[in-house]
Amino acid sequence: MSSTVAGLVQVGLLVLALAAVYVPLGDYMARVFTSTRHLAVERAIYRTVRVNPDAEQRWPTYAAGVLGFSFVSIVLLYLLQRLQPSLPWDFGRGAVEPGIAFNTSVSFVTNTNWQSYVPEAVMGHSVQMFGLTVQNFLSAGVGLAVAIALVRGFVRSGSDRLGNFWVDLTRAVVRILLPMAFVFAIVLVALGVVQSLSSGVAVTNPDGSSGTIALAPAASQEAIKELGTNGGGIFNANSAHPFENPNSWTNLIEIFLMLVVPVCLTRTFGTLVGNRGQGHALLSVMALLWAAMLTVIWWAEAHPNGPAALLAGSGTEGKEVRFGIPGSALFANSTTGTSTGAVNSMHDSFSGLGGGGTILNMLFGEMTPGGVGTGLYSILVMAIIAVFLAGLMVGRTPEYLGKKLGRREVTASAIAILAMPTVLLVGAGIAIMLPGTSAAMANSGAHGWSEVLYAYTSASNNNGSAFAGITVTNGWFQSTLGLCMLLGRLLPILAVLCLAGSLAAQRKVPATAGTLPTTGPLFAALLAGTVVLVAALTFIPALALGPIAEALA
Amino acid sequence: MTTTTDRPRRDPSAGPHHHAVRTGRIGAGLFNPRQLVTSFPDAVRKLHPRHQLRNPVMFVVWVGSVLTTVFAIGDPSVFTVSVALWLWFTVLFANLAEAVAEGRGKAQAETLRRARKEIIARRLTEDGDEERVPGVELRVDDLVVVEAGEVIPGDGVVVEGIASVDESAITGESAPVIRESGGDFSSVTGGTTVLSDRLVVRISTKPGESFVDRMIALVEGASRQKTPNEIALTILLSTLTIIFLLAVVSLQPVARYAGSPQSVVVLTALLVCLIPTTIGALLSAIGIAGMDRLVQRNVLATSGRAVEAAGDVSTLLLDKTGTITFGNRRATELVAVGGSAVDDLAAVARLSSLADETPEGRSIVELCADRHGLPTTATAEEQAGEFVPFTAQTRMSGVDLAGRAVRKGAASAVRAWVSERGGRVPDEVDAVVSRISADGGTPLVVAEQAGGTVAVRGVVRLSDVVKPAMKARFAELRAMGIRTVMITGDNPLTARAVAEESGVDDYLAEARPEEKMALIRREQEGGRLVAMTGDGTNDAPALAQSDVGVAMNSGTMAAKEAGNMVDLDSDPTKLIEIVAIGKQLLITRGALTTFSVANDLAKYFAILPAMFAGIFPQLDRLNIMRLATPQSAIVSAVIFNALVIVALIPLALRGVRYRPSTASALLRRNLFVYGVGGIVTPFVGIWLVDLVVRLVPGIG
Repeated sequence: MSSTVAGLVQVGLLVLALAAVYVPLGDYMARVFTSTRHLAVERAIYRTVRVNPDAEQRWPTYAAGVLGFSFVSIVLLYLLQRLQPSLPWDFGRGAVEPGIAFNTSVSFVTNTNWQSYVPEAVMGHSVQMFGLTVQNFLSAGVGLAVAIALVRGFVRSGSDRLGNFWVDLTRAVVRILLPMAFVFAIVLVALGVVQSLSSGVAVTNPDGSSGTIALAPAASQEAIKELGTNGGGIFNANSAHPFENPNSWTNLIEIFLMLVVPVCLTRTFGTLVGNRGQGHALLSVMALLWAAMLTVIWWAEAHPNGPAALLAGSGTEGKEVRFGIPGSALFANSTTGTSTGAVNSMHDSFSGLGGGGTILNMLFGEMTPGGVGTGLYSILVMAIIAVFLAGLMVGRTPEYLGKKLGRREVTASAIAILAMPTVLLVGAGIAIMLPGTSAAMANSGAHGWSEVLYAYTSASNNNGSAFAGITVTNGWFQSTLGLCMLLGRLLPILAVLCLAGSLAAQRKVPATAGTLPTTGPLFAALLAGTVVLVAALTFIPALALGPIAEALA
Repeated sequence: MTTTTDRPRRDPSAGPHHHAVRTGRIGAGLFNPRQLVTSFPDAVRKLHPRHQLRNPVMFVVWVGSVLTTVFAIGDPSVFTVSVALWLWFTVLFANLAEAVAEGRGKAQAETLRRARKEIIARRLTEDGDEERVPGVELRVDDLVVVEAGEVIPGDGVVVEGIASVDESAITGESAPVIRESGGDFSSVTGGTTVLSDRLVVRISTKPGESFVDRMIALVEGASRQKTPNEIALTILLSTLTIIFLLAVVSLQPVARYAGSPQSVVVLTALLVCLIPTTIGALLSAIGIAGMDRLVQRNVLATSGRAVEAAGDVSTLLLDKTGTITFGNRRATELVAVGGSAVDDLAAVARLSSLADETPEGRSIVELCADRHGLPTTATAEEQAGEFVPFTAQTRMSGVDLAGRAVRKGAASAVRAWVSERGGRVPDEVDAVVSRISADGGTPLVVAEQAGGTVAVRGVVRLSDVVKPAMKARFAELRAMGIRTVMITGDNPLTARAVAEESGVDDYLAEARPEEKMALIRREQEGGRLVAMTGDGTNDAPALAQSDVGVAMNSGTMAAKEAGNMVDLDSDPTKLIEIVAIGKQLLITRGALTTFSVANDLAKYFAILPAMFAGIFPQLDRLNIMRLATPQSAIVSAVIFNALVIVALIPLALRGVRYRPSTASALLRRNLFVYGVGGIVTPFVGIWLVDLVVRLVPGIG
């Protein structure tokens, strides 16, 4: 079987698997967030944290919950890292240094999972299991909760309540993420992923020197790392490491896990708003852009244009032989399209076009299909912008799902859309001017800029994947990338919850033949066009001097 | 005392009934290229920064123009001066669009002002004497006397007298109207002329706040405020502007890193080309022109918000009479009684109506001609007869010939006429009359006295006739997602018959004001926007409650105050056109926004290679328009960006083409024309401009 055929078979299997779970998982998630019953374990949690699970919140309270929870999470995770020497399984790795500890706690709480450290050397198993893995669940749960709150904004009519953040978060973790992560952790162990509390095994290398091969509780973290679109590896090599991602099957399962919740959420959305076609329209846009970008990246890596690559016959530098080009392109496209940020290859080694493709995937604003929850709310915000831009052309003030898009809705959507480009361009623009930056870059010229651009893109979009090639451990990078992650996550969440509040307060306008249809191919084309155009218009100048210049070279 | 004979400007093609009713298409407003020249001084005046601040997009261009001018003075070259100059032109063209739109309103206001000349009023003092005071000194509740040939000095209510009034100064309609104290025809408008008799009017508005004053302010745009949708759109356009500002500002450090820092002039040119200047420049002109299109159809909207709401309307309440059916009932059936043949009845009915010039009378003659082959014109013998006209007292009409008399009229009146002459009315007549009444028709009993005998010949049925275009119109409205509800005072049976025949979606029979109000509330609770027309005082609450309330100018002051639009023609059918105008306004705004944003792609292809081909030669492959030099590329993009504003002024004022159809069909068409068209047009446009610009020494 040629590598291309193998790749197509993998894509086929992936699509089949997603199609198989689309309806049951999507509808299950809809039930999770509409059910009036509480599980015993959930009741115990509510009692412990003293929350009345049946009291619904207004949007400011809901938002305060998200902000407060995120802030406390950051502080706790920071302290955990700083107190590492007092924890078990620290293997003498010492207290995590403040810059790394700040960056890492922001990174994991914002679902970015950008890593400015070498896990095997810096983090012990306690921080990994009780800090990072816990946040892998919680940050994904927060994303789901915010998305569901926005959907409630569309569903409800004349209401000032969006649900209860604590209930949504608890249910997301207890009923969706934990069970799925548990099952897939076992599947991964069965397929050869390491699960060990030992720090490593001593080995004698073929040349006679001795060394240690690090071990870790990898499988338990690997499952939620992909399922929660987190992406922070327990080993530095992330999913390129054979203990995290040993073979094509685990590779495919990990890709499936990244995509499954964001994809199925479109079904949840369609079910909750009472019109499945609405969910299908969003899914088709996600699928279209995902497939288009996969084609570009795959083609670019199979047809590289650098002298070394031409000599080798393909762009295999930085890619694992066991995955090959299709397995790497598929993983790279999915990880950047889902805000996961796990990597099974070095994106820095991708061709100009392929690497640019991974950047563009993130620049779409993480909605192809995006992160857990974040993908849905991001594409809904974009849908509002698309409806507002084009909706006037049917001769009515624009409305989406029966809600009129007026000043408040447009303002909130505008803030949600503006946050990412602002922190990204300001951060990267200042960074490239600083004298310290060129010292941190592994390359000069267009590729050097691509590395800086990638870092800020990844942080601002809460992706967390690294182009690598750039050393981001100095104070400037640690703090500004941390700020980008924080603002890139929380500003849109605030705007989205404000939007949800304003939508929920409105009465629903019944759809008529005069209403802009938001299902079907025409709307899907409009939405896809808006996503591409907004990203292109905003970032073409930045891309032109980096990836585009590289690709055309 | 002089009265004005000027009528406000009318464009016959923009009249209410012509193509609009026939095809459903909204006709274009006027645009004369000469307006560009005459409005130029206004456009220059609008360069003042205070004016520019109101429009964030154009303010950025204004700042850019100042900035490039400073740099062009510091480093004069053909390139920098060209860019600076064309950026100023961009601002100027935007001002021009607004000035042209306002200029059209000013012309209309001028005509109206002539109706508000200095008028000397005859005010009644408390002891009953008259004093002559200037019209501007009148206060609310003053009583004034107006006699034939005099101009009514202010808006008010007739408290005494009945008179015919020429309202052509306001409405353009030359036929006089009757105004009388009490009832629904008691309100008079300042500036109109009493033609006969004498009125005592109680003044109801302060000077400067009269109907004409408000009309002038409206058409001049003096009281224009941004509508909710304009505000939302401005926020979105500002957001785009901020994004592009970020994209351009952050480009400089990267350009410096790449070894090719850009000049401020080039960066400003890029920024101005990217921000949505086209829609930013035309936005207020589109809004003004929308109001203007209503004025051309003799409708005055009190706010732009009302025009927008018209586009959103999903339920139309239409009065049956005059809107769905002809204002007058027509003869539709002849029922013979007492053994008469139908042909005999037809002959008598025709004879009774030959000299009857009322529409009902004419319709009887036509029916007899159509069904019974009788001539429509009177013979010499018939002409010799003496016509007995209808009066409120007799309630019948007819003809007296030698030895013969015929009458037709209300059953009770004819019965009395027959009895007086010793005739007997058979019971059969009552049965027919009540049957016709029961299903909504109006029965006219026809009787004849020939020789010594007097007999009832039969009954003519008058019924509502649905206007021929209405069925298609309602289907069209249904396709647009608009529900139509017929309002009528008729009984449910008649209402249903007319509703079924006309194809209206629903009806409210035996409608009283409170039921109308309840219906509006019900629709609004379901999230629907309601539009209606009304004229009587008892319509006022419903007019105020509805989202678009169009008061008939012939109606009471209370109705006019309650609604948010006034139709000077008092034509209830116009509601449908008002909805179309509202939709066209929103579509124009959306189309030009889409066009403006879609334009940006080509500008990147023009400017980015020009900026960086020096440092990255491979970027020249993006120069797909093959623009001659970096300078010519940038200047061409800037010139195109400015010229496209001027090119689109006519479209902004006229409104884009609009045919009633479903939202999907509209979206498909407009997305293709303005979205895809918006991507392609600038590629061609910039290329064409470059063909000229490359000839300029120092650039090409």
